[in-house]
Amino acid sequence: MNLKSMSMAAGLALLASTSLASAAGELNIYNWGNYISPDMIKKFEKQFDVKVTVTDYDSNDTALAKVRQGGHGFDVAMPSQTYVPIWVQEGLVLETNPGGMENFKNVAPEWANPAFDPGRKYTVPWAWGTVGVVVNTDDYKGDINTWKIVFDTPDELKGKVNVVPEMNDVIHAAIKYVGGEQCTGDKDVLKKVRDVLVAAKPNWIAMEYNTIEKMGAGDFKATSDWNGSALRQRLKNPAIHYGYPVEGFQYWSDNVVVLKEAKNVDNAKLFQNFMMDPENAAMNSAFHRYANGIAGSEKFMPVDMTSAPEVVVPEEFKKNGEILQTCAPEVTALYTKIWTELQK
Amino acid sequence: MATAAEIEKQTEAREIRNRWFLSAPALIIILLAASGPLLIVLLYSFLTPGPYGDVQWTFSTEGWVSVFLERDIFDDTLSFASAHLTIFWRSLKLALMATAATLIFGFPTAYFIATRPERTRDIWLFLITIPFWTNLLIRTFAVLQVIRNEGIINTALINLGITDQPIQMLYTDFAIMVGMVYVYLPLMVLPLYASMEKLDFRLVEAGYDLYATRWQVLKRIIFPMVRPGVIAGSILVFIPAIGAYVTPSVLGGGKNMMFANLIELQFGQGRNWPLGAALSITVMAIVMVALLVYVRNTSGSEARHG
Repeated sequence: MNLKSMSMAAGLALLASTSLASAAGELNIYNWGNYISPDMIKKFEKQFDVKVTVTDYDSNDTALAKVRQGGHGFDVAMPSQTYVPIWVQEGLVLETNPGGMENFKNVAPEWANPAFDPGRKYTVPWAWGTVGVVVNTDDYKGDINTWKIVFDTPDELKGKVNVVPEMNDVIHAAIKYVGGEQCTGDKDVLKKVRDVLVAAKPNWIAMEYNTIEKMGAGDFKATSDWNGSALRQRLKNPAIHYGYPVEGFQYWSDNVVVLKEAKNVDNAKLFQNFMMDPENAAMNSAFHRYANGIAGSEKFMPVDMTSAPEVVVPEEFKKNGEILQTCAPEVTALYTKIWTELQK
Repeated sequence: MATAAEIEKQTEAREIRNRWFLSAPALIIILLAASGPLLIVLLYSFLTPGPYGDVQWTFSTEGWVSVFLERDIFDDTLSFASAHLTIFWRSLKLALMATAATLIFGFPTAYFIATRPERTRDIWLFLITIPFWTNLLIRTFAVLQVIRNEGIINTALINLGITDQPIQMLYTDFAIMVGMVYVYLPLMVLPLYASMEKLDFRLVEAGYDLYATRWQVLKRIIFPMVRPGVIAGSILVFIPAIGAYVTPSVLGGGKNMMFANLIELQFGQGRNWPLGAALSITVMAIVMVALLVYVRNTSGSEARHG
């Protein structure tokens, strides 16, 4: 045996041994950045003797594009509810039937049979929340439960409002503000939407995502935002409050799916079931600061969350919210044009 | 029997062949790595957008048409795509201004370094490259910390009693310019320095001896001789500046799109990859033509000077 074939044999042996070891316990998670509790990961690794790797994405579209290309090596991902039907329709996710899993009994009734995944055939709740407005009440004393903060900005806040540049969220808010239905393609409504947006923009200072830091530092006095972000801002500055717009606000939810290409299907299923355990879901919520859709997890959550009006939607506002659905491609094309018009 | 001239010609031809042969691997890699992805972009620009991103493999010129024309979504009339032009003009204006500003700040800087004693030049050059050690995003956030309402400048001004309200600098065009100049300045200084270092300062002295004013010396002697550096520096700044993405979003607040944001929108939430691909090719073609014209014109005048 010469040196070359010897080293090759050694290499093959090494390869074989590592691939055997990895088959025993690996799980590759593809998730939004900063969105998974490291402590909970450790618990999962310990409990099932599995090595977990987490990779970040920054938008639903990035995740969709990458998973669609294939060869990514991920087992589990967390698409938002508007994207779940697309993932299912394009055959990217495995029908793991979480509805039949052991821990499914813990899923809160309002999240047990959602329109985006009837009967929970593919998905497990990861986190849910709302999109509303955040206002620094030192600067504005009026009613904050309205989109007027953003679309008809009161004088005190003019030039100090930020809008998070999520096209679908902003357009949805504007549609509700002018009295339309979500995902509408009605030209009369959309014309009003465009006029409202274009007229509102001069009162905005920025359109960016970095709201926690900027609201904290006082660069912004108000912003459209996600509720978990609002909670983190209030914990920094008690004058910052979250408003649920009466014109209509959205509920969103991110969900754990197992990918069709997954190499570690068993571990991925274990993970789905693991996430429906109230204690684990609570651990995760304590990290990302959103509610999770698992009944009984409140018991294990930090007190500053169970009493937070950002997380627990106050009863009087519940009726104004709706779960955002997947809009038709031709409607999205119209929204993109309005969006380009707005930002030109 | 071959004459000496013929032999020389043959050796020269062989040398040229050798040079091509030796550089072939590098050329092939450059061709494949640079043009391969571009060809894919070009191909995608002629396909149909998939319903949720990606493309469908049906030929379509819709992407190219909508670069230049837009159908009004309300009255259905076809008109010139003024939104795209507005956004392109914003990026172009910003890139030209950034190039001019870095030249204004970079020229004296490079001159200063080139006129130091040889021992200390390296230290100055070294100082210029320090910002390159950190990531672009981090440098941009550093600028943000300086100019924001509760940043260093405003805190200092308020504490000194010069103003009582913070001056709004963040999220203005001024902020974008500060950020761009800071980020791209080394790209201007280094090529300028390289050509100034070769400048024969005895010519400058001769100019003064012949009663030239400082302005005349700068304009008639220094500037023509460092022109290659000016061209190289301008190109190095202009190209990344026209595709600038991070600096305008972080310091400008992202209210107004740059051309790069418009392209990103098509590949992201807009889900119109062919339009995004066509927009990319368009901006690339415009920049390339502009640069060719620029280089041709300036190098032509160079020849006259020589």
